[in-house]
Order: sequence, then C-alpha cells, then structure tokens
Amino acid sequence: MPRAKSKKEEPVEAGSDVVMEEAPPSHQPESRDDMSVDQDENDGPEDVEDEEVDEEEEEEEDVQRVRLLPGSTPTAASFEFLNEGHTLGNALRYIIMKNPDVEFCAYAIPHPSEAKMNVRIQTFEGTTAIQALEKGLRDLQELCDVVSDKFIDAKEKFAASASS
Amino acid sequence: MPHKPPTQEELERRKIVGIHEETITDVSSSDYPWTYPGEDHSWDIEAFKRNFRIEFHQNDPFEASFSLIGCDASIANAFRRIMIADIPTLAIETVFINNNTSVIQDEVLAHRLGLIPFKGGKEGLHKFLKWWRRPEDESQINNSYYDFNTVSLRLEVKCEHNEKAAPGETDPTKLYKHAHVYARDIEFCPVGRQEKYFSGENAIAPVNPDILIAKLRPGQEISLSMHMHKGVGSDHAKFSPVATASYRLMPVIKIERPILGKDAEKFAKCFPKGVIGLEKVTKQEAAQKGSGYEGHEGEVKAVVVDPMRDTVSRECLRHPEFKDKVKLGRRRDHFIFLVESTGQWESDAIFLEAVAHLKKKAQDLEKQVINMVR
Repeated sequence: MPRAKSKKEEPVEAGSDVVMEEAPPSHQPESRDDMSVDQDENDGPEDVEDEEVDEEEEEEEDVQRVRLLPGSTPTAASFEFLNEGHTLGNALRYIIMKNPDVEFCAYAIPHPSEAKMNVRIQTFEGTTAIQALEKGLRDLQELCDVVSDKFIDAKEKFAASASS
Repeated sequence: MPHKPPTQEELERRKIVGIHEETITDVSSSDYPWTYPGEDHSWDIEAFKRNFRIEFHQNDPFEASFSLIGCDASIANAFRRIMIADIPTLAIETVFINNNTSVIQDEVLAHRLGLIPFKGGKEGLHKFLKWWRRPEDESQINNSYYDFNTVSLRLEVKCEHNEKAAPGETDPTKLYKHAHVYARDIEFCPVGRQEKYFSGENAIAPVNPDILIAKLRPGQEISLSMHMHKGVGSDHAKFSPVATASYRLMPVIKIERPILGKDAEKFAKCFPKGVIGLEKVTKQEAAQKGSGYEGHEGEVKAVVVDPMRDTVSRECLRHPEFKDKVKLGRRRDHFIFLVESTGQWESDAIFLEAVAHLKKKAQDLEKQVINMVR
C-alpha cells in the first residue's frame, strides 16, 4: 500500500520507544458541549489505501523549553524548564552539585499546577552557570550509559547463573 | 596539616542512615565536593563505573527485583518515576457503545475496559505504533485514525437461556449462555499493516483473559467497539506499564555485643524469618579475651544472616535486654527495586527503557540549552 512506502522506517535505537516530544499531553477531550454521538461508531482505523496523510509533520519546530530567568549573571543564574518535574529536576540538581566549580545548585517547582521547573545555579569564578548546566546534562547522559551497560551485564549474568 | 584520607570504615559509616527507637539520623547524602576538607567528591564517570553495581534477585516477565548499589537517591528515584509515569503503553482510550442493556452503566463499563492491560507483538507495540493526536479541528477526528496509531477492538456479547441446562440448576453460568463477560471475549480487529505485526502469537489480546468485565442476564446485551491508543502513565494510570515500581533501602543490622542463649532466640523473633540465625559459640570465640563470649562455649548466639529480608520494624529496639547491643540502619546508596509489569513490557525492559528515557531527556535538554545561548 502506498502509505507503507511513504512512511520512513527510521531505524529505532535499541531501548528507545516512540519519540517522547510527540507525546500528546492528554487524550481527554477539552470540555465540549457538542458531545455528538452520531459519528459513525464502527469506524475502525480506516483502510489507509486511498487516504492522504500529512505524515507525522516533520518533527514540528522544536519549542524552546529552557529559558534564562531575568536577574541572572554569568555565575549566578536561574533557569526555567517547561514540562519537566521532579524526575529530571532532582537528578539534574544532584549531578550539578557534584561539579566542584558549582557553589550552589537547587531546583524548585514553584507551583504544582504549572508544568514548570526552576533550577538555580551559582558557580565560582572561572566558569558560568550555563556551562555548569551543560556539563550536568552531559554527565547525566554518561551516567545513563553506565547504568544501562551494567544492567544488561547483570541481567545476563543472572540468567546464566539461573540456567546453570 | 595534610589531610588524612578517610578510612574504609569511615566511608562505610557515612553511607548508613541511622535508625533509632523513635528517630532517624544522617538522612541526606554528603558525597558532594567541599563537604569534607581535602576530599574530592566531584563527579567522575570512571569512579562511578568502578563503584556502581547492579545485582539481580529475580527476573520474571511480570516481576523483577534487583539492586542498584552505589548511586544516589535522586538517580534511582528518577528511574522509578519514569517507569511509572513516562513509559508509553497501549490501552483502550475510546469506547463506542452501540448497545448496553446490562446493569453496568456505560461510563463505568468504559472505565473498566480502559483499565484492562493488553499484550501484543513487541516490535509492533514499541516501534510500529505511534502516538495518536486529537486533531485540532474536531470535525476531522474520523480522518485521524490510522493503522499506526489506533488499534480497533470489538466486544459483542448477548446473554441467552441455556436450553441444555439441567432442571433445577441455580448456577447462572450454567443456566445462561454468556452470563459472565470476560476480557477474553474482546475481539481484535486488525487493519492495514497491523496484520503483519499483530498476527498469531503476536495478536493484541488481554494479558489476563479471565478479567470479569460485566455480568449479564438473559435478554441483556453488550455491543461496543473500542479504540486503543498509546499513552503515558502521567496522563492516566491505565497507561502505566507497571503495577508497581518501587525501591527500598538495604537494611543494616549490626550486633555490637553478643546476644546469647534465650535472648538470642527472642532477638531472632524480633525479625522476619531468615534475617537472624542462631549459631553455637565456638571454642576459639570463647577463648578470645574481651570478645564477650568467654565462658559461653556451646551456647547459641544471634548472627545476622540475611538483612535484605528485614522490614526494619524496630521491634528489637523496644526490648531493654538488647539495649546498646544492636544498631539498625539502612544503606543510603543501595536500592532494592521491585518492578511489577502489567504484561505489555517485560519488567526488566521497563527499567532499561527508563534509563534510555532519562538519557533522551538529558540529550534533548542539552540541545535546548545550547539553543537558548545562541
């Protein structure tokens, strides 16, 4: 079928599912007053044959999710992350605090009903808060690689010891 | 004065969270640069590689247990949170009810259907299926369903009298046909390329076919079709790939002074089975001056066998006879994970996916930060 060809089958990295940015925030309908039931129900995903789709719009323009908050100086800055929470906030705070050039690092979620997370970084002279943030994010990636490798090793070792 | 590097003992001590009768101590980690004069605790990937360990305790498709040893709580917690809320799964999202004359209301029935965990071909689930997005123009909704973002299911059940039932039969399941509607009655309707990814073994089907959906009586009928989409646990718990993903810290039990005889037996009873063992005091121990075992040869003494099984109930701290003889604690950098999959993913794959997810997050944000500076 034509759709199958137009769709690029990008090789997916091991252990990576669909692209998360494209995750819809929620499937729940915005409150609508026209809760019409008349749409023909048995509509399964229609047969693709004669359909023209604007194929997964080429990775829609990346929205800028990180912002430097006003009042920041090179060595003391606050950053605002949109759509991030404690998951990344605390992990990032830890890894940035592990940087010896950083004097202070903390994260906050100013209000639970706003999907925003703030990170404050103050560094010693000689480096900048932005550099510390970048290093933190890089270190976090390295850490994930190590955890992943060790997990696979441990899993295989366990499987071998269980079967023997 | 040159600073002395910390002894191994000191390093061990720093890792322990103290647990006392009514209080806890040393809760926060202290392994940051500038905490201890003359010591370097800055991030070092090589040191992390050396010290970080993972040990498996159990690895079944529906339940995996393993320890992360030598990492910080913030990292372990990030993995746990990602497993619960950020790993995508496929679940019933929309239910089109044609007819429902059962006693269970439409919306309750739809909710019950949504919570049923499904399984299917891994390649199809993780690679072929993509997100479905509600179109901004609501009238275009029927043009938004494709084989790569929607899985269609049907449920058609009608309850009737069973003529073959024995006279005087009281069991509704024998008296009527289809008195009980189970998850196994849900029928998968493959469309387009779904045939390729979800056929035979790999068909989309409920993980537990025996989930009871509704009960019917003769004349009652349920007829509906369903759409499944991909979603994440932060949107709705039905999308969470895990029933639970949790961790606890490794318990530490330190017997400081000998606990002997009847006391030892009582001490063992303060803990779950298998945590404390009873051993005979050996000749050498009894001969050792200052060990506390002098003249007790042959008596039983309490020894720690398997602290991992302990629930840290603190029972032993309530008894005066054990005062100053035992210290309880937890190892701050030893996380015993328990991941219970709902069946769509293998439980060990969920953790690996969480690690990959955190990496992806950091990668994307690094780009964002570079972009912000530009």
